[in-house]
Amino acid sequence: MMKPKHNDIAINGDSAVALAWKQINPDVCAAYPITPQTIIVEKFAEYVANGEVDTEFVCVESEHSALTLCTTSCSAGARTFTATASQGLAYMWEMLPITSSMRVPLIMAVANRTVSGPININNDHGDVMSARDTGWLSLFAENVQQAYDMAIIAPKITENHDVQLPCLVNLDGFILTHAIERMTPIDTQAVKKFVGEFEPLYPLLDTDHPVSHNLMDGPLFYFPHKYQMVLAMEKAKKVAQDVFDEFAKISGRQYHLVEEYMCEDADCIAVVLGSSFGTMKEAVDQLRREGMKVGVAMPRVYRPWPVEDLAKLMKGKKAVIVMDRHLSVGSYGPMFPEVCAAALENKEVPEMYNYIYGLGGADTMVSDFMSVYKDVKDGRAKRVNYLGVSE
Amino acid sequence: MVNIANYKDMVVGDRVIRPGCSEEFNTGDWRSMLPVIDLDKCIDCLTCWIYCPDDCIVIEDDRVVGIKMSHCKGCGICANSCPKKAITMTFEQEESQ
Repeated sequence: MMKPKHNDIAINGDSAVALAWKQINPDVCAAYPITPQTIIVEKFAEYVANGEVDTEFVCVESEHSALTLCTTSCSAGARTFTATASQGLAYMWEMLPITSSMRVPLIMAVANRTVSGPININNDHGDVMSARDTGWLSLFAENVQQAYDMAIIAPKITENHDVQLPCLVNLDGFILTHAIERMTPIDTQAVKKFVGEFEPLYPLLDTDHPVSHNLMDGPLFYFPHKYQMVLAMEKAKKVAQDVFDEFAKISGRQYHLVEEYMCEDADCIAVVLGSSFGTMKEAVDQLRREGMKVGVAMPRVYRPWPVEDLAKLMKGKKAVIVMDRHLSVGSYGPMFPEVCAAALENKEVPEMYNYIYGLGGADTMVSDFMSVYKDVKDGRAKRVNYLGVSE
Repeated sequence: MVNIANYKDMVVGDRVIRPGCSEEFNTGDWRSMLPVIDLDKCIDCLTCWIYCPDDCIVIEDDRVVGIKMSHCKGCGICANSCPKKAITMTFEQEESQ
């Protein structure tokens, strides 16, 4: 048995995010409870009530109000955090592109849950994928430890003056939010030192320098305004990697724009997001024992899309399988066309396959992921496959 | 060439960091109605000056001398608020004919 480090704790993903927030001690937090995110705000509200943080906690009447309040408080110059999931994120949608175009470095934890209907409270990536085009950065976690780590890392990326875009910190609903895992927290002083003081750009409350935010942009200004965001996203790639490297120094845990497992000598690799990355690593281990040269990768940073790293990863591969935990009905999974586009950066394009899996929390096991690699190897895979659906 | 601004000339998030610069942006080029003031009826109560959302009523020595049209959107608030009905709203084309 592995001997736990003396300061390891047993904690679920939601509480781990709340713990990270407590250590950072943000200025403002407004959120509305929704399963499976509720524990984050519940736990954080407890910290506020107990005086363990001096955050201004605002009880709002809806997610739309939560995001509106957080966006404005962040533009006023306060470090602001919020959290939501599923219908909550859907209800926020109108504000999502406004938050990003206002260039406020707001942090939002998303406890990934499918979007109704049919009504279902379980995990898939329907919520975050419906928000992917709104100009927010997006980070994914494989386990509870990473959910905690990403919660600490996110502000340092977004608050960088070259980035100044809000960020979604994704953790799989129930699989990570409610499951208790062993985790190594970082000393609070080290967290505070790492994240540093919030230095807002053109805050509204700097009354010596009057400023107007969120003005109307006619055709003359709308497009270049968006282009500014394109450039910020591009810069965020380097900023994110620099922050990951710095984080490794205080935690011993090194992250990358794209996490790879056994990809180097693999003929066939899969690309997956979130907690399934862990399940697929086990599938890879078992298949390797059977002699199959397979690997798996996870875009840690989903926005900005790490096209260069993915292209490098896919170079010389025979086949690439894109695992999508969401579906654009009538088309592909949302990540499939993006991975295909990244593959075009190389002269030789591998065989590309799309697997839609685990929608609405359909449990997907190691053996299921193993069958995916085998189907591709034996020529049974189609272009788009619906894992487990009987035809 | 598509007529759009250069992003390099814009503050991040297109924020406006120079106060009062809306004066340089003429909002009076898309109105359909315009106010015409009859100075003989005007009693210089300055009600219109208080109510005008675009600061278009021109005052000299506490007296109304006219309406500056560069920022007038033709909203009609001045005409509505005038106790002496000294301001009438006219169609833009009728006036120019």
